[in-house]
Amino acid sequence: MNLPHPELYGLLGEFDSPERLMDAAKKIREAGYRRIDAFVPFPVEGLSQALGLGRKHDLVPLLTLIGGLGGGLTGFFFQVWVNMSSYPMNIAGRPLNSWPAFIPVTFELTVLGGSLFAVFGMLALNKLPQPHHPLFNVERFKRASNDKFFLCIEAHDPKFHLEETARLLQSVNAQHVTEVRDED
Amino acid sequence: MSAGDTHVNSPEIQRLARVIEPGHSYATVTDKIASIVLTRPTSLGWLAGFSIAFTLMMVLMGSIAWLVTKGVGIWGINIPIGWGFAIVNFVWWIGIGHAGTLISAILFLLNQKWRTSINRFAEAMTLFAVACAGIFPLIHTGRPWMAYYMFPYPSTMGIWPQFRSPLIWDVFAVSTYGTVSALFWFVGLIPDLATLRDRATNKAAQIIYGMLAMGWRGSARHWHRYQSAYLLLAGLATPLVLSVHSVISFDFSIAIVPGWHTTVFPPYFVAGAIYSGFAMVLTIAIPLRKAYDLEDFITMRHLENMAKVMLATGLIVAYGYFFEFFMSLYSGNKFDVFLVQQRLHGPYSSYYYALILCNILTPQVLWFQKMRTNVAVLFVMSLVINVGMWLERFVIVVISLTRDFMPSAWGRYQPTFWDWSTFIGTLGLFVSLLFLFVRALPAISIAEMRELVHTSEDHE
Repeated sequence: MNLPHPELYGLLGEFDSPERLMDAAKKIREAGYRRIDAFVPFPVEGLSQALGLGRKHDLVPLLTLIGGLGGGLTGFFFQVWVNMSSYPMNIAGRPLNSWPAFIPVTFELTVLGGSLFAVFGMLALNKLPQPHHPLFNVERFKRASNDKFFLCIEAHDPKFHLEETARLLQSVNAQHVTEVRDED
Repeated sequence: MSAGDTHVNSPEIQRLARVIEPGHSYATVTDKIASIVLTRPTSLGWLAGFSIAFTLMMVLMGSIAWLVTKGVGIWGINIPIGWGFAIVNFVWWIGIGHAGTLISAILFLLNQKWRTSINRFAEAMTLFAVACAGIFPLIHTGRPWMAYYMFPYPSTMGIWPQFRSPLIWDVFAVSTYGTVSALFWFVGLIPDLATLRDRATNKAAQIIYGMLAMGWRGSARHWHRYQSAYLLLAGLATPLVLSVHSVISFDFSIAIVPGWHTTVFPPYFVAGAIYSGFAMVLTIAIPLRKAYDLEDFITMRHLENMAKVMLATGLIVAYGYFFEFFMSLYSGNKFDVFLVQQRLHGPYSSYYYALILCNILTPQVLWFQKMRTNVAVLFVMSLVINVGMWLERFVIVVISLTRDFMPSAWGRYQPTFWDWSTFIGTLGLFVSLLFLFVRALPAISIAEMRELVHTSEDHE
């Protein structure tokens, strides 16, 4: 870690359209930077690819599958256990394991498990809630939730160099380049 | 094709095809929607509307308090009519909720752009309708403080709920539906809460929206996972919404009561639910776009499309009525035939005719585009359908229960003051929640509207 500026989080470039941002992201990746992230007010198609995020970054579908299967299997076998072992009740001589009658509850719990895992899995993987982040120290960053598009090169990046990286951001048409500092 | 081609470029056709009026940028969309919550002063109209709704909500509280004091005897129910208003209203409210999920999940999967500006408040409507619906079975149990018996918890009595009963399926279906709808709504809100946090100037608003936004900063990595979670939730909510009213129809169709024991019930209930739900979305959308000048975002295209969905689902409902009628006669079962006679000539026949008038005959005017693009007609139509769908549930519950098999076990049902006050009270609760929602949260998804601005720029 070459950290001449210990409190420096990175450099933030501002763009006014998603197209310019994507273009810049591609060029910065070509220049060899890897620890970069974009901040946008709405999901931009193709941005993940431009930043080099592959499918492996997205564990949400797998978590959802686990949640759904877990919910469904628990729901089904719980009902089987209740009706066959814990509290067997003979109703008009019908079989104790009357599984078709267990399907509605099994289905509902599959959906419930899948949904809970999808939402809380997404939040956990995104490390949210996260009340503090150095980017929030930048006044202009407020517009990341409105009409501006930002690209941040983190100071952790092995290629990071304050002046050179700033020049690179300017050369890819960033309107403003701001230093992001983690002041406490 | 050729007949339509000459009209395609006419300004009128283009006006009707727009999902957002031209001239909007990311910033104007953000300003316009966020200002309703953040900067717009509370209007007298809002205060007046909220006061009325809140008063009615207090009527609900009073009615429930009296019910808990005296018991369900204050209602008009008595054997053989054990269900009455509580179940009629429950089914009606749950049905209304269905349109919200349909708009947010099914239209999302079908990539329908016109869902964007109506999904947020439609989802809010779902949540509030489910809240109103949930009250009824709870208080109908007579001992609402014992309601936890319906959940499978390890009790010292060593007993479990009866999982073969549709009433227990209902508990699972409705509670899952409420939870998933809330999750879906909240996930959709996160980016907008961040917008409100960043724009709020008042300290309390910054803190509250800041906590709710959970530090969302629009990172591309976050959006990536967010989008897959949203898509998966839509995929899960789609079968869920179809299952909920199906399960509710099982409450009826698994019983052997004439008029209930039919296989057409699940699809016919689901279509009816969507029908009434879209009617309620229109009932809310029309005053909302007027009061907050949202005509640019909730355009004629939205209203017309909703009218088309109502027409289509209304026809499915009509098909359901016809086959209910036909199968009863065709079965030759004398109790079923008798039920048809009761609907046509019995003591509650006026309700049945009113139902046919509201749900089948009047909505046929929606075949005409002139009617579908007339806001006043649509508003009246949405109210008529809401009433019609309530009558449908009344007819199903009351006519079948009052005259089932043995004449010695027949009865009559007359709703009392407390039946009405509880029902009207839930309308107050629903409207109060909507009023609060419009003032506290963005009624239209800002992030999705920006995306819409972006994609419509691409096409021009």
